[in-house]
Amino acid sequence: MIPAPRNRILQILAAQALLRPEDLRLDARPEELGLDSLGLVEAIFAIEEAFDISIPFNAQEPGAGGFDTSTIGAVVAAIEALVIKG
Amino acid sequence: MARVVITGAGTVNPLGHDVASTFAAMGAGRSAIGPLNLTDLDRLHVKIAAQVTGWKGDFDRSDLIWMDPFAQYAVTAARQAMAQAGLGALPEAGVILGSAGGGLQTVDDSYRSVYQLGKNRVHPFTVPRLMASAGASLVARDLGLLGPSYTVASACSSSNHAIGQAFQMVRMGQTPVMLAGGSDAMLCFGGIKAWEGLRVLSETACRPFSKGRDGMVMGEGAAVFVLEDRDHALARGAVILAEIAGFSMTSDAGDMVQPSIHGAVRAMQAALRDAKMSAAEVGYINAHGTGTVANDRCEAHAIAEVFQGDVLVSSTKSLHGHLIGGAGAVELLACLLALQEGVIAPTAGYLAPDPECPVNLVTQQKTAAVTAVLSNSFAFGGLNAVLALRKA
Repeated sequence: MIPAPRNRILQILAAQALLRPEDLRLDARPEELGLDSLGLVEAIFAIEEAFDISIPFNAQEPGAGGFDTSTIGAVVAAIEALVIKG
Repeated sequence: MARVVITGAGTVNPLGHDVASTFAAMGAGRSAIGPLNLTDLDRLHVKIAAQVTGWKGDFDRSDLIWMDPFAQYAVTAARQAMAQAGLGALPEAGVILGSAGGGLQTVDDSYRSVYQLGKNRVHPFTVPRLMASAGASLVARDLGLLGPSYTVASACSSSNHAIGQAFQMVRMGQTPVMLAGGSDAMLCFGGIKAWEGLRVLSETACRPFSKGRDGMVMGEGAAVFVLEDRDHALARGAVILAEIAGFSMTSDAGDMVQPSIHGAVRAMQAALRDAKMSAAEVGYINAHGTGTVANDRCEAHAIAEVFQGDVLVSSTKSLHGHLIGGAGAVELLACLLALQEGVIAPTAGYLAPDPECPVNLVTQQKTAAVTAVLSNSFAFGGLNAVLALRKA
């Protein structure tokens, strides 16, 4: 079975945070898991590469462009939506 | 004005991954020039260079992401220099590095990504990786240096300019210690392709001052030194490697690529004056000696004009290649070798004397008790920088 995009997204975020995917808490803020703004920028780059999509994330104004980065779960959901949109 | 000495040295270059192995290779006249190994080699005419091989930097993944190879070489060299100098925390010290290309491999990879592979994004840290000042920033960060820090670019004279400026700062009393040196790592497809266009690269060998020489061979790497106020060094019982006695910087204001005999003469004479050194005192000159027909002829004539005697000359570019912005720094190691151990690094690739290049060229292993040396850098664009050193 082809893994859902969610698994790949979690894998990439986990790698950036130096955690196992199963240790990512969806209700956590990215900074709580060691993902500072630059860490998030790097992870988003890797996700864009993996799915060949463009994510509207501006590190100066997180949340602008409708991309919710308040929690890991929000980030995953937003990216999933972009992937499905294609 | 303070006297300025060198109390630490470090390097990663094609001859070795530290000063000791570099000294050994230099003394033996062992050349690191060989077949190139890189992406798109089949599209290059020039397939030789001096590369750093078998080396891996001691960096965490989280640090490496910021570090183009040129910066990795610089930080490693700086760490070695600091370790040798044996200094503790240095809030007033800064670092001045010379670099001509900065993070050129990052530039090359990024352009390949967008133009050749058609990608629409580059790594988020592309800008801080490729900027010419990345080396200085990363060295300062790695060693906790809070003083004056920046990068100097003057093509092939970048390192000498950087070391010279740091020397002047310490001499003026602005800070008791400065790190200085240079780094370049331009051995990538784009870097070499650009140089090929100038038609100054040899496809076979680097033969400075020799009959039959046909161009330069590129290298890569870094060297960094700890420059210190001599009284400061003596007070703490530091081991002094050599003294930087003088420095000159001049501009030819002439052709963008052709060297100038008069320009080289002026630069060397100015360095001697600044060092209060007579031409007769100088026992060895580490020449710019690129192996091009033009540079070597001009430099030989200039040396003959300034130094009427038989001053020993060699070009270590024949051993480690032309490190461009890192050249003067790695070549300073040959000067330290001469002053500290009386070993003159031979010039490799020599075939026969060129009547147009009247120099007393060292081409075999040689020892000589020298007490004063000069290191020449005469860059494209007519920017010259010469360092004069004395034995400690």
